Amino acid sequence: MTLIQPFIEFGFMRRALVACVALAISATPLGVFLSLRRMSLVGDALSHAVLPGAAIGYLVSGLSLVAMGIGGLIAGLAVALLSGAVSRYTPLKEDASFSGFYLGSLALGVTLVSLRGSSVDLLHVLFGSLLAVDNAAILLVGGIAAFTLLLLAVIFRPLVIDAFDPDFLRAQGKWSAPLVHGLFLMLVVLNLVAGFQVLGTLMSVGLMMLPATSARFWSRHLACMLGIAMLLAIVSAFIGLILSWHFSLPAGPAVVLSAAVLFLLSVLTGPCGGLLRR
Amino acid sequence: MMRFNRLQAGYQGRAVTPVVDGELASGSMTALIGANGTGKSTLLKTIAGLLPPISGNCELQIPRKALGWLPQRTELETRFPLTAYELVAMGCWPRCGWFGGINRGLRLEIDAALDAVQMREFADAQPSTLSGGQLQRVLFARLMLQRSQLWLLDEPFNGIDTQTVTLLMSVLEQQQQAGTTLLVVLHDRPLVARYFQDVLSLDNAASALTPQLRRVAS
Repeated sequence: MTLIQPFIEFGFMRRALVACVALAISATPLGVFLSLRRMSLVGDALSHAVLPGAAIGYLVSGLSLVAMGIGGLIAGLAVALLSGAVSRYTPLKEDASFSGFYLGSLALGVTLVSLRGSSVDLLHVLFGSLLAVDNAAILLVGGIAAFTLLLLAVIFRPLVIDAFDPDFLRAQGKWSAPLVHGLFLMLVVLNLVAGFQVLGTLMSVGLMMLPATSARFWSRHLACMLGIAMLLAIVSAFIGLILSWHFSLPAGPAVVLSAAVLFLLSVLTGPCGGLLRR
Repeated sequence: MMRFNRLQAGYQGRAVTPVVDGELASGSMTALIGANGTGKSTLLKTIAGLLPPISGNCELQIPRKALGWLPQRTELETRFPLTAYELVAMGCWPRCGWFGGINRGLRLEIDAALDAVQMREFADAQPSTLSGGQLQRVLFARLMLQRSQLWLLDEPFNGIDTQTVTLLMSVLEQQQQAGTTLLVVLHDRPLVARYFQDVLSLDNAASALTPQLRRVAS
C-alpha cells in the first residue's frame, strides 16, 4: 500500500510519476542509440551544456520551467552545433570538442545561477524539484516525449544505417547523414531539457543512459533492447520516486540511483554477457 | 564513367597522393595499387565524395545514388545489434529511401544476394559473430542490392581466407560483365596480376607526378 499511496494522495507525486514515465519512454531510446554509437559521454556533455541557458531563463523570470526550458534548449543546441562544427573543420575529435564546450558551459551556468540565487536555487536547477512539476511542465514534457517518438520513427532507418556504417549514407548523398545526425542530437537536447524539469540538469542524463546501457545485458536485438530500456527506466522512476517520498531524498538522485542499482544488477546477472552468467 | 582532372587527394589540407590524371572507362575493372602511405584509400574516399579533393577534381558521370561504396571493415560498428539479413537490406536504401517499404520482390532479391555469397544460412547472425570473410561476403551482398553502376572497394580482401577471395572475385567478374565499373584498392600483387588488366598505380610519384592509368600485361 505504501508503494502507491503517495501517488493516490498527492497530486505532485502523480505529476512527477507521469513526467518520469513520459521521459522514460522518449529519452531511453535515444540513450540506446547514444551508447551503441559510443557517444554515451556526449549525452553527459550536453546535459551540462544546458545549464547556462536554464540559468539565464531563471535570472530573467525566476523558477519558471518554460523560460528555463527554452534557455536550456538554446544553450544545448548551441553547444551541439559548435562542437559538431569544430570536430568537422578541425582535427579535434567530437568527444574532445564536446568536453571543451560543456565544461565552459557548465562553469558559466553555475556562475550565472549564483549571481542571483541562493545555493538552494542552484540545487533545484542541478538536481530538480518534484514540487516544481506543475501542469504546464507536464504538458511540456508530454509534448516533447510525443514529438520525440514521432521524429525517432521518421529517422529510425537512416539512424540505424548511420550507426552501423557512417560512410554509407555520406557516400549516397550530401545531406541525409548530417541531417539525421543533427536531428538526433536535437532530440537528445530536447529530452535533456524535458528531463531537468523533474530530475535536474545533472541527473536527467542518468535516466537517459543508465537503462539504455543496462538493456544491452538483456537482449541482442535492437527492438527488444529499446523496449527493455524503457521498462527499466519506468521501474527506476517508480522506485526512485517512492524512495524520495519515504526518505525525503531529492527526486533526481533517487531515480538515477535506482537506475544505477538496476545497471549493476544487469552487469552482474544479465543473460547477454553478464559477469555471473559466464 | 569517371574522369580525373589533375586530382590530388589528402587529409586536412595536406596532399597525400600524387596528382592523378586520366579516365576510367565504363565497365572497366581497375586495381588501385601503391605502397603504404601513397594514399590509396584516401583517393578512393575522395572519389566517393567522403573527402574534399586537395586540388583538381573527379567527374563522375552518374548520380551519387548510383555509387556503391565498400568500406574497410574496421570502419563499421560491428557490435551494433543487427542481423546479416538487415545489413543486406540496407542495400535497398537507394530504391526505398527513408520510408519506402521493403516488398516481396526486394526480399527475394535479398535472399538471392545472400545465396550468391553463400551466406543464406547466416541470415540471422549478427556481424559481431561473423568472421572477417563472412562479414565481407554479407557486405558484398549489400552492394549487389544497391544496383550501383560504379563500385568503389576499399581493401576488400584484407585478411580474408582464399576461398572467400575466390568467391568474391567471381562476384566482381560477374558484375563487370553486367556492365558495372569497378575500382578496387588492393595490395596483394599476385592477386592483381591474376585478375586485373587495368591498374592505377600511385607508386611512380618520384619519377613522374602524374601516373597515367596504364595497362599491364594483357
